[in-house]
Amino acid sequence: MKPAKFEYFAPTSLAEALELLHEHGDDAKVLAGGQSLMPMINMRLARPKVVADINRIPDLDYISPTPDGGLAIGALTRQRSVEKSTDVKARIPVLAAAMPSIGHFQIRNRGTVGGSISHADPSAELPALCFALDGEFVLSSASNQRVLKPVDFFISHLTTALEPGELLTEIRLPARALAPSEEWRWGFQEVCRRQGDFAMVGAVSLLKLDGGGICQSACITMFGVAGTPVRIRRAEEALLGSRVNGSVLQDVSRIVSEELDPDSDIHASSAYRKEIGGVIARRTLEAAIDRRNGDETA
Amino acid sequence: MAQTYIGAPIRREEDRRFLTGQGQFVDDVKLPNMLHAAILRSPHPHARILSIDATAALEMDGVAGVITFQDIKDTVVPRPIPIRMRTYVGIERFLQYPLAEDKVRYVGEPVALVVAETRYLAEDALDGVEVSYDPLPPVVNVWQSMQEDSLLFEEHGTNLAYEFASSIGDVDQAFREADYTHKEEFRCHRHTANPLETRGLVASYASGRQELTVWGETKVPHFNRGVLASLLQMPEHRIHFIEPDVGGGFGVRGEFYPENFLVPFAAIKLGRPVKWIEDRLEHLISANHSREHVCELEVAAKKDGTILGMRTKIYGALGGYVRTHGASVPVSTAAMLTGPYLIPNYEWDVKCLLTNKVGMGTFSAPGRYESCFFRERMLDMMAEDLKIDPTQLRLKNLIPPTAMPYELGRTRPEDYSLTYDSGDYPAVLKKALEVIDYENLKLTGGQYKDGRFHGVGVASFVKSTGTGTPYEGARVVVTGPDQVAVYLGISTLGQGHETVMAQICADGLGVPMEYVAVYHGDTDLMPFGGGTFASRGTTLAGNAVYGAAQRLREKILRISAGYLDVDPNDVEFAQGHVYRKTPSSGEPELDLNQVLELAGPASKYNQGEMGLESTHYFHSSQECYPCGAHAVHLAVDPETGQIEILKYAIAEDVGHVINPLLLTGQVVGAAAQGVGATILEELVYDDEGQPLAGSFMDYLLPTSLDIPAFDVAILDLAPSPINPLGVKGAGEIGIVATGAALSNAVSNALGVQVTELPLSPNKIKELLGRKTQA
Ligand SMILES: Cc1cc2nc3c(=O)[nH]c(=O)nc-3n(C[C@H](O)[C@H](O)[C@H](O)COP(=O)(O)OP(=O)(O)OC[C@H]3O[C@@H](n4cnc5c(N)ncnc54)[C@H](O)[C@@H]3O)c2cc1C
Repeated sequence: MKPAKFEYFAPTSLAEALELLHEHGDDAKVLAGGQSLMPMINMRLARPKVVADINRIPDLDYISPTPDGGLAIGALTRQRSVEKSTDVKARIPVLAAAMPSIGHFQIRNRGTVGGSISHADPSAELPALCFALDGEFVLSSASNQRVLKPVDFFISHLTTALEPGELLTEIRLPARALAPSEEWRWGFQEVCRRQGDFAMVGAVSLLKLDGGGICQSACITMFGVAGTPVRIRRAEEALLGSRVNGSVLQDVSRIVSEELDPDSDIHASSAYRKEIGGVIARRTLEAAIDRRNGDETA
Repeated sequence: MAQTYIGAPIRREEDRRFLTGQGQFVDDVKLPNMLHAAILRSPHPHARILSIDATAALEMDGVAGVITFQDIKDTVVPRPIPIRMRTYVGIERFLQYPLAEDKVRYVGEPVALVVAETRYLAEDALDGVEVSYDPLPPVVNVWQSMQEDSLLFEEHGTNLAYEFASSIGDVDQAFREADYTHKEEFRCHRHTANPLETRGLVASYASGRQELTVWGETKVPHFNRGVLASLLQMPEHRIHFIEPDVGGGFGVRGEFYPENFLVPFAAIKLGRPVKWIEDRLEHLISANHSREHVCELEVAAKKDGTILGMRTKIYGALGGYVRTHGASVPVSTAAMLTGPYLIPNYEWDVKCLLTNKVGMGTFSAPGRYESCFFRERMLDMMAEDLKIDPTQLRLKNLIPPTAMPYELGRTRPEDYSLTYDSGDYPAVLKKALEVIDYENLKLTGGQYKDGRFHGVGVASFVKSTGTGTPYEGARVVVTGPDQVAVYLGISTLGQGHETVMAQICADGLGVPMEYVAVYHGDTDLMPFGGGTFASRGTTLAGNAVYGAAQRLREKILRISAGYLDVDPNDVEFAQGHVYRKTPSSGEPELDLNQVLELAGPASKYNQGEMGLESTHYFHSSQECYPCGAHAVHLAVDPETGQIEILKYAIAEDVGHVINPLLLTGQVVGAAAQGVGATILEELVYDDEGQPLAGSFMDYLLPTSLDIPAFDVAILDLAPSPINPLGVKGAGEIGIVATGAALSNAVSNALGVQVTELPLSPNKIKELLGRKTQA
């Protein structure tokens, strides 16, 4: 379990890194937290000729509040920093609440936000959260910068729209808080074999209810069930305009199961994922409703 | 002045060096000029090798050599790796050579050894060895194996490596008389031990002196040295095995594997030291697998729950070759299937079948974990059918203490009868029930609370320990003032032998424990050694140390009495000093150093025996049988199939306890391993014979977050009558009943019948699905 030979560079500025990536194109792999890349290199599942270690670039690690109430997060920000950030807790509490589900704290101390998103594991939490939150990814290259929505960024299993020479530099997320001015309720859940594992199935739900408890906006995002995170539009439509109660939730649960067409692997069959998808989608919605009614940390 | 180390909860001597990073493991052995080996392994489960061409590899950067079957042929043929224990007629036809000859029989089988300046370069060069294969139909389970459409060894015309069918009592009569019979098929899943430290070897050959030194041999170094000597055709005394610190064994580590030949062979051939450290990917596809059995079990009983007899057919999936354990795992599964119960009529048929998977070896409590699961599940099914509380059913059938020693009968192919030496099985079960508060808890069985079903499961077991090789030796030497060295023939895998043996020596001899240093793990220390397996360390080596220490103490008394000119019965030796008994002044007459001088070669008091040392071999061909019971309370989420263990009680009796702290650690560690194995771990293969659990992403070991707190009650009701310390083996017992107790609890919670493991959420949902359909 030793890597094949590669050349190692540690650029100290963004410009230098982008130049390096431009020069080596397809041959280069970015090294961020290394929590996914290093095992792949060690098992020789990845054999990059060049490794560009971006850890010495100073300005990629930040969590900045944006004027619209959301956050801009530097790609190199450690997952643990997001978990601990009071800004994240205040502005996007679902993100803060979901972070502890990513591996273990030792992993999150090194693993970065940008690394998880670029790696695009279909069972990973951060891609699904960005998807659910409908954020934006800033992709920079030596000659260009572009901004993509998650639906356009995530293509399939471990595959994104990142082109050779491009670096994900920033993640922008809108506010989804419980602050008095905001009406968002949320739920996050996943089912794993062990604590800290990638999810067999996961769900993120965001809900907006009016004063009378009628659903005005709904977003149900499932992960671990397809090549990318998926929104279950039909289930969202079933919620819109209705009072979210037990029988609606049962319907939504059934619809989610119907809509899923997951693969089997050694941890769970397709049938299991399909069924449990509906269960946890329902549970995230239940949590969302409870959360508004009472305890924020429930 | 009383010595009280035995029985005291003394912390492990070893901990300081392990916890402060001062352990020396095999990978810490770094020799000048050392080369590194990597192994080219078969990607096919079953294929003919058409050709091997290493030309390209030999030209690659830093490559020192490539070894294929052609290179070892003249040295090893006709001597494949032999069976270490219990070899039976016919089974030796299926043994493995260190490298594949013309056929590969599992994914992971060594095909070539590449040796280079670094492990990196050696792995690079694996790509330069071109092997052309002609794939053959794989045999992936016991049923396919029995169909024999595809044969692993065509020349032998069968996939059945060994069969053992026999019976005790009159089983047909028992079934004729029965009010109740029940038949069920159970499956235990393929999994194995994963020591934190993987296997590893460093070999160095001094060509001038023709001496070979190998670091990293463990568990059974003396046996392995004999095997290596035979394969290399060199005298055993020219081979030195050195065991550094070891990060866990659990049965899997330390057997003679292909690498144990290849690494020394390469060092001799290339004239430079060679290191090979197994990586985790290799471990999962090359180190012994274990546990995979199918069991058809049938029980006959009276209406009141009295068991009259059992019948079983056991199909063990041996893998691609017969390895060093031979047929011992499936055979052990049958041998103790009736467990701690009075079941006088028992019939079994064990088939050991070849499959295109890694060879089967032992994992802690081999065969006992499996058979406990089969039997205890059957008892719960019976209890449900007969409407008897499952614990009452057990208490009714457990062998009573009055029946001890209890002769089970000849349930192994060997010509001896298994005899349970001692034990109060009902009392141990009652203790577990008391600890978990069964009387109150049983009411929650099957109840739905806060979105989950609650279940309670109980299982009893007895386990054979303490033989394998019927002796173990120790040498105790006073080496200087306040210094006593203990030399052991056994190895250690991290259990704490240095502490336990020091306690035994200190009390046996009569010195403070601080005097005692324990040495092990070097084949030159002792001429013989059986090894560390079958929970035999304390039972055999512990008694050997005790015997050697007591003999040395007698010698100390003899020499002191001679010098003091008193009768040896008038002196005593304690805490390292000689005292006169009558009249006792309370002041010591001599210290250990003075006695050592008196025993010296130049002393006139030495009585013709120089120095203070004693060697003792403790012999026992009888096994001793610890027993125990597990009781667990868990909750299952019926929507997701996830389990949470709420309470886990363990009661065990291992006879006299040398160190309760270490014993509890062993029990808890083994139970944790069993919980992980039962719920999470499985070596999954697909229908084509490809292993799918190739890394820790897919082979799921439990972390501390997945393991419950265990309530452990250690009883000392039944010391073993067959050894002076009254001890029984303790290392493996904690794991035995985990599969049984957990699956009973899940069955109880959900009103289903678990018949196969592991208890994955997916499997639990399937069980619930079937229940709803029914
Ligand atoms: C034991 C363990 C458990 C884990 N459990 C989970 C879990 O439950 N959920 C989960 O989501 N993750 C889990 N992970 C993965 C972890 O979250 C990783 O940290 C993450 O997936 C990758 O982030 P990284 O910073 O380590 O990236 P790296 O490993 O350094 O890189 C990953 C990939 O992304 C590319 N990359 C990295 N940064 C950029 C960038 N800025 N621009 C373009 N490309 C980039 C790399 O080239 C590489 O291809 C686990 C990891 C381990 C070891």
